[in-house]
Amino acid sequence: MSLSREYDDLPGTTVFDADMARRGYHLNMFCMSLMKADNRAAFKADQRAYLDRYPMTEDQKQSVLNRDWNGMLALGGNIYFTSKIAATDGLSFQQIAAMMSGSTQAEYAEMMLRGGRSPDGNRSKSEWKNRG
Amino acid sequence: MAKIIAGVATSHIPAVGAALDNGKSGEPYWKPVFAGFEKSKEWIEKIKPDVCIVVYNDHASAFSLEMVPTFAVGCAAEFPIADEGWGPRPVPPVKGHPELAWHIVQSVVTDEFDLTIVNKMDVDHGLTVPLSLMFGQPTEWPCPIIPVCVNVVVYPVPSGKRCYMLGKAIRKAVESFDRDLKVVIFGTGGMSHQLQGQRAGLINKEFDTRFLDNLTRDPAALVSIQHIEYLRETGSEGIEMVMWLIMRGALDDMVEEIYRFYHVPASNTALGHIILENKN
Repeated sequence: MSLSREYDDLPGTTVFDADMARRGYHLNMFCMSLMKADNRAAFKADQRAYLDRYPMTEDQKQSVLNRDWNGMLALGGNIYFTSKIAATDGLSFQQIAAMMSGSTQAEYAEMMLRGGRSPDGNRSKSEWKNRG
Repeated sequence: MAKIIAGVATSHIPAVGAALDNGKSGEPYWKPVFAGFEKSKEWIEKIKPDVCIVVYNDHASAFSLEMVPTFAVGCAAEFPIADEGWGPRPVPPVKGHPELAWHIVQSVVTDEFDLTIVNKMDVDHGLTVPLSLMFGQPTEWPCPIIPVCVNVVVYPVPSGKRCYMLGKAIRKAVESFDRDLKVVIFGTGGMSHQLQGQRAGLINKEFDTRFLDNLTRDPAALVSIQHIEYLRETGSEGIEMVMWLIMRGALDDMVEEIYRFYHVPASNTALGHIILENKN
């Protein structure tokens, strides 16, 4: 693609662009189906069988079964879609945000109360290089 | 003649709606948030708009990946409340204003903005939370609402400049509507927030404060902000602030700032709110 991809340098961030939207189409459409109560019940009853109704890749299905929230994003999931799995599980947005950022719920909530994650040190992948 | 008399910008955080719906608005965590809108509720009660145009984004509720309109105008007489995965919010259905909505489409498309016409659309927290913050919990919303839905989820999303120009076209459309209507336009979403990935929780108070300052006095400075800057400085979901520029574009160049409120945190987000009135 000839379009600028400056955003590839953003650390810990997936931009839901054309590539991701194509890659994640069926994963996201599975998530979309969870907006209906009947589908949520069917998914909960047999997750694997429910996922097999969608032409998703095996990696995508595993990321859902493992509730690997960052993995889903890397495989083309969009947060507004994957959050429907969280809603089905009874998890809040803040709970999955904590998981995605590798914090406990308490640590994350405390960080937000202190004013959130500063942009300083979080603007470029180069700034994350030396992190553990 | 119809006239846009004022603009309201506010975040549309779903947890704020849930707090209100579940009777938690008096709890210590949420109390300051709702207290921040007391003056705004009084203001809009006094203004009594005949119609509100609400610029917001759908969050994979009405639009999945099957269809993603960049700019869509709700032309229906009524918009049901979306079930976002935990049942629809217990708020009144949103009544539209088909006549003015179609007029806006007619005028704005003639002005070379190729809008999508939507006659059937569930509306999600992006639209209903701002209504709750401004109007509280009435049994029905006090005026018809025209939803203007913007894609800020699937890239490419529109630029701030394009949004600002759309605001200007909407203003022109409203002013050529042959009925005396007082119109208030809402720009919603933002401010800085990132809901995804390892960088989730990003908040940039400095950027947000400058954005609020310039919204009143120097919108041209905001119009030139590129996607990459929103992404880097305000988190991946901070891009929603381009919708505030549609509201700003629909106002006079010179406006008066009536009220402002900024609060961190509301769930994952910096909650920002401003009311701007045209001077004439």
